[in-house]
Amino acid sequence: MEIKLTAKDFSSNLPVKWCPGCGDFAILNMMQKVLANMGLPHEKYAVISGIGCSSRFPYYVNTYGFHSIHGRAAAVATGVKLSNPELAVWVITGDGDGLSIGGNHMMHAIRRNIGLKIVLFNNRIYALTKGQASPTTEPGTKTKSTPAGSIDYPFNPARFAVGLDCTFVARGIDNDIAGTTAILERAARHNGTTFVEIFQKCVPFSDKEFDPLKDPATREDVLLRVEHGKPLVYGVKKDKGIVFRGFKPEVVTFEPGQVPAEVAVYDETNAEMAYLISGFSQPKLPVPVGVFRSTDKPSFEQLYYDQVKHVGDTKEHELETLLSGPDAWEIK
Amino acid sequence: MNGKKKTVNVSELSSVTVRFAGDSGDGIQLVGSQFANATAVAGNDLSTLPDYPAEIRAPAGSLAGVSGFQISFGDDSVMTPGNKPNVLVAMNPAALAVNLKSLDKGSVIIANSDAFAQASLEKAGYKTNPLEDGTLANYRVIAVPANALTENALKDSGLLKPQVLKCKNFYMLGILFWMYGLPLGPTKERIDAKFGKTPALAAANFKALEAGYDYAETTELFDARFQTRKSAVAPGKYRNLTGNEAAAYALITAAKLLKKKLFYGSYPITPASEILHTLSKHRANDVVVFQAEDEIAAMCATVGAAFAGELAATGTSGPGLSLKIEAIGLGVITELPMVIVNVQRGGPSTGLPTKTEQSDLLQAIYGRHGESPLAVLAASSPADCFTTTLEAARLAVKYMTPVIVLSNSYLSNGSEPFRIPKLSELPKFDLPPLPAPEAFKPYQRDPVTLARPWAWPGLKGYEHRIGGLEKAEGTGAISYDPENHQKMTDIRAAKIAGIAREIPPTRVTGPEAGELLVLGWGSTYGAIAEAMGEARKAGLTVSSAHIRNLWPLPPDLGGILKGFRKVLLPEENSGQLRLLLRSEYLVEPLGLNKVQGQPLNSDEILAKIREVLGK
Repeated sequence: MEIKLTAKDFSSNLPVKWCPGCGDFAILNMMQKVLANMGLPHEKYAVISGIGCSSRFPYYVNTYGFHSIHGRAAAVATGVKLSNPELAVWVITGDGDGLSIGGNHMMHAIRRNIGLKIVLFNNRIYALTKGQASPTTEPGTKTKSTPAGSIDYPFNPARFAVGLDCTFVARGIDNDIAGTTAILERAARHNGTTFVEIFQKCVPFSDKEFDPLKDPATREDVLLRVEHGKPLVYGVKKDKGIVFRGFKPEVVTFEPGQVPAEVAVYDETNAEMAYLISGFSQPKLPVPVGVFRSTDKPSFEQLYYDQVKHVGDTKEHELETLLSGPDAWEIK
Repeated sequence: MNGKKKTVNVSELSSVTVRFAGDSGDGIQLVGSQFANATAVAGNDLSTLPDYPAEIRAPAGSLAGVSGFQISFGDDSVMTPGNKPNVLVAMNPAALAVNLKSLDKGSVIIANSDAFAQASLEKAGYKTNPLEDGTLANYRVIAVPANALTENALKDSGLLKPQVLKCKNFYMLGILFWMYGLPLGPTKERIDAKFGKTPALAAANFKALEAGYDYAETTELFDARFQTRKSAVAPGKYRNLTGNEAAAYALITAAKLLKKKLFYGSYPITPASEILHTLSKHRANDVVVFQAEDEIAAMCATVGAAFAGELAATGTSGPGLSLKIEAIGLGVITELPMVIVNVQRGGPSTGLPTKTEQSDLLQAIYGRHGESPLAVLAASSPADCFTTTLEAARLAVKYMTPVIVLSNSYLSNGSEPFRIPKLSELPKFDLPPLPAPEAFKPYQRDPVTLARPWAWPGLKGYEHRIGGLEKAEGTGAISYDPENHQKMTDIRAAKIAGIAREIPPTRVTGPEAGELLVLGWGSTYGAIAEAMGEARKAGLTVSSAHIRNLWPLPPDLGGILKGFRKVLLPEENSGQLRLLLRSEYLVEPLGLNKVQGQPLNSDEILAKIREVLGK
């Protein structure tokens, strides 16, 4: 039976308590739309989060939801997914929650390729705790905990996931509704772990963070929209492209419409290409968005339930037989 | 064999304690468990305890590398693996050196004399050979050249010498089988099953066992054999289970009774890993086993599985419990059912990973931030790990709460016969009623148990959100309201306190009131029972009681304590239950406290009883 639902059906009607102008609103709207388009009823969704502004997310979607504890969303969600693989399990996390306190769980969820749809809101700051440096805060950034500028080298979340051989890695931007919605829709249909990093504006603490990527007049000169099977071309005039000289990426310019053959054609199934592209950063290279990696590999839950059918104590036993085991004796 | 038969005296004993000891690579645990099964099949009650070093393979022949397996078997008086062995089987000088101090004079030592060469003697700290120099003059020493005899017995086996020598443990075991008149047949089946993939090894091990048996029968070394008095245990089907196995089977049983999957999320830790191993064998029986990346993930996945509507459980030991604590708090505030089996070991920190203690009691009851009540039960014997864990699961789902089961290293590795229950004998499991979807509120409570309804993802119409933030009573919406927080704190406490109504009357053995009550909890049960038996034989008037429910405490406990002039509380910690009883009942129990990584034994308890009574 086909189920017709709208984004509105996925709104919990609770007052949303993010700051006015927060990037989270846009992501919530996109997510409600994506969930409505999946053909799954509300009760088949479990949305699990950790702690942080983004982790308030489950309260605002009309599905089963679990607002857990700091860093542990992936671990809680693993228990949910492995218990009931039929559920669509989404993990909503942030840069602090998912990569600092929860880094270990994130790493192992990805390693297992368990069917969790992980969405990491990257605002490069601890926002809920009111403005400390996070593991994605850019060096030199002055925050409450780094008044003289951060000296920590930051994580690149997408590259972290690619490095772990995540079977689906993508990056979006909160205000890029079309691009990011398309990414989330693909993630929703992927088998195995999906990792979607979304650059997200935090009005009080990292307001200007992604401005160059958002200004409609200039953003196309710094954004590289990656698409499988398409040449890596960008620029307001579509006059720049990426060429790989060995492992070294370089920007070439050309007349619009006349893409040289040496410009790389993106292949999202290629792990090495995904590693290179996810490392691109300004000022030398454009900032890539889109699906960096998508590949098929059996998910943890598939392997688990398949194996159970074929190894060990493969028979379903009556309780008494099970308890008796092979060694029981009778006393009369 | 010279085939000469001789007459030997057969003496009847109520129980015997045997300790096998050797290098950790000598197969001590294997022959110990074979011996245990053989005594069980022969109708004995029994109790076993392995004692192995923390290192998997300490240097061969070293004192640190000695592995032991102790078994006490006989009639119903067997409650513990025994205090002091009557018989020590020493596979090398180090095994003798480590264990000699626990032997009474006159005990039997059966030693593999082939292992007492100069180099091995030096590793064990002996300057001369104790089998020959008079050191053991006060013991009955039976020196068996087991290497040579095993080689001779297996000369036609076609196996290489190292494989042949590995069978010497079964040769020594054969001698024990003869001493106690145990039949060889059932053990042949077990050996065949154990070495099923290599029939040649199975045949060699059984041949060594037979040869050892024949050697004992024909040689003049032995002038006595023994028969233990059989146990008068209830009729039924039995198997020998360790405490960890019993806990694992209880979890499977609970899930089957609930018609749910069992989810067990765990991280390897000594001495709890055997629960993980046992459950991993039974995955086809709706057992989902998840080996997590760490203790925290194991606990969080367990919380997730409970949210998903399955019977969720985890197992760990002290340091792991410390790591799980935050997520257990999440289980408390989300009021989801789950069982946490904590197999206590010596602490703090890494402490004594393979040794036993009862020192996590207060951590289990109080060790979380905030007002965070949950139920705590403690198992009293290996087989009781089944009953206690099953009860923990029953309470968890009925009251929608995490429940901690306290076991410990002693119970987890020790074994005893477990009577396999019939389905009709098992307790009934009730879930809180789930109202129709339109009337459902996540925190609307059952008026009696105060449990909230359990609705899991997949159930249509019950979609809701929960989490670690404080909930508004009824709706479960986030609430920062001061009055609501007070109310929810009180309700959570009242819900757990209400579990007291499930606790059966505390059984007092001996007079209901009087001079002295020995009160125990958890793994000290066997040692206290043995000490009480001795005390009564000696004409002392003393009562005893043992509690399973540590939180909430049994409702009749305060009254019972106040009926005695003195209360003695033996614990393998510095007095944790004593502290609790003082604060709960304003009583002043006396402590008998031992924190040595070793279980309290009946002699220590009896001596304390005598001291307290002045007799």
